[in-house]
Amino acid sequence: MRRASLDLSLLPDGGVRWLDASGPHADIVISTRLRLARNVVGYAFTGRARDGERLRMLAQVRDALAGIAALDGSVLVRLDDCSLLERQLLHERHLVSKELAGLDAQHPVRTGAAAILGEQAGVLINEEDHLRLQAMRSGFDVTSAFEAASRIEQALGDRVPFAYHREFGYLTACPTNVGTGLRASVLIHLPGLVLTKEIGKVLAGLQQMGLTYRGLYGEGSDVVGNFFQLSNQTTLGRTEEELQDLLVRVVRHVIEREEEARRVLVRDAGYIIEDKLWRAYGTLRYARSLSFDEAMNFLSGVRLGVGLKLIPALSVYTLNKLLIFAQSAHLSHTEGRVLSEGESNVARARYVRQVLATEGSGVE
Amino acid sequence: MLCDHCQERDAVVHLTRIVDNAVTQLHLCEKCAAAKGVETTVSLPQHPLGEILQAVQQQTPAPSAGDSGVCAFCGASARDFRATGRLGCAHCYDAMEGSLRELLRRLHGSSRHVGRRYEAPRPEAVAQADARSMLTDRLQRAVEAEQFELAAELRDQLRVLE
Repeated sequence: MRRASLDLSLLPDGGVRWLDASGPHADIVISTRLRLARNVVGYAFTGRARDGERLRMLAQVRDALAGIAALDGSVLVRLDDCSLLERQLLHERHLVSKELAGLDAQHPVRTGAAAILGEQAGVLINEEDHLRLQAMRSGFDVTSAFEAASRIEQALGDRVPFAYHREFGYLTACPTNVGTGLRASVLIHLPGLVLTKEIGKVLAGLQQMGLTYRGLYGEGSDVVGNFFQLSNQTTLGRTEEELQDLLVRVVRHVIEREEEARRVLVRDAGYIIEDKLWRAYGTLRYARSLSFDEAMNFLSGVRLGVGLKLIPALSVYTLNKLLIFAQSAHLSHTEGRVLSEGESNVARARYVRQVLATEGSGVE
Repeated sequence: MLCDHCQERDAVVHLTRIVDNAVTQLHLCEKCAAAKGVETTVSLPQHPLGEILQAVQQQTPAPSAGDSGVCAFCGASARDFRATGRLGCAHCYDAMEGSLRELLRRLHGSSRHVGRRYEAPRPEAVAQADARSMLTDRLQRAVEAEQFELAAELRDQLRVLE
């Protein structure tokens, strides 16, 4: 395991292989994430632990992880050594949570906060729980994400003792994660359901089925660009397999509803929709200043256009790339300095124009 | 009676402490008590989970079996949990077992884990962390939280090690 202060080029695939749109249903489901929350016996949970405890826990886990084949080639990043911009970059790539990156005003970066980023899976250390073993996949692929996270979890559980209760299962800092500690989520694009105003009913149905929804960046984030994160609400009283099955069944149903909504839109409002989506493309192609929310909303329109084969020459990969690299910290990183909001909007518009000019040639 | 601290306002909080087997009494006004972090009124939950927990505790007339209130490992109390929505350590689940069982039922519809079973590796297979440093951390946390009985116990354990 290499230790990196932060050079994103050192990360396996830049940590964003899941952007490649190679997974099942990748035009609607951008990515699948699955994590298992675990704590190590002998230490207070992260929020109550002292600096020394967090550092010793980190050292114990790092030593134990060194021999695990599933993490060969991975990189250890110490968030508490990173600059603010570097932590924002990792967060924008969905590699670390807002809390671990210390971007939340209530949670400045903690001593001992670290992330192990591997090709197939990774580990967040000293997040709300000592360990979050996680895997991310392109498209809708819960099983493969579970297998990858589970491989590391089992190998590590043989080497360090996890906090486990005979009745409650794996113990976590927040009682909402106790039991399996398993949270599986998909980042899904639902413009059809939003435009046909069916989304309210679908989201209410989800909650009745034991699922919950959040915005683009997970807990506490707003829904922007018609991107929703759907995940299991409960973690206790069901097996790991039952929790995955539930998410898979419900998400399959949501995908069908979205496809149906798109068919209705094309059938009942064909030219209005086509005009709206091309206008979104035109704005992205020629605008000189774009806020993040604006860019996400227009990208949502273009993504729908690509899904409906109305805008044929753009790939889903290009759209995924724009989702990540048109964010503020990435633009600052590319420009080599921290940009103000206004500068960021100009840089974003320039970047989007360049990408669409080179990767969208032939679009007309 | 005047406040022991400011000697200006009337003392309304009377605190009895046991430190090193010696009993001390402290009389404080409301302002000085608040400044020292002494709770004078029932704290309002600041976290949605805290509200549920408070409701659960109010419905339970007598302390539930296994609910000792303060965790002997990390010193966290039910009040800390209500304020933050987070438990302090794995042992808090034993210290607040009764209330937590009811809370888990409300949150998950069940309090029984039916997923994978786990057996921790044998102690000899695990690299032992430094027991002295661990105790020192726990002692400092107990002192900061003014949990002097727990602190005295941890100090005794440290002395044995030395």
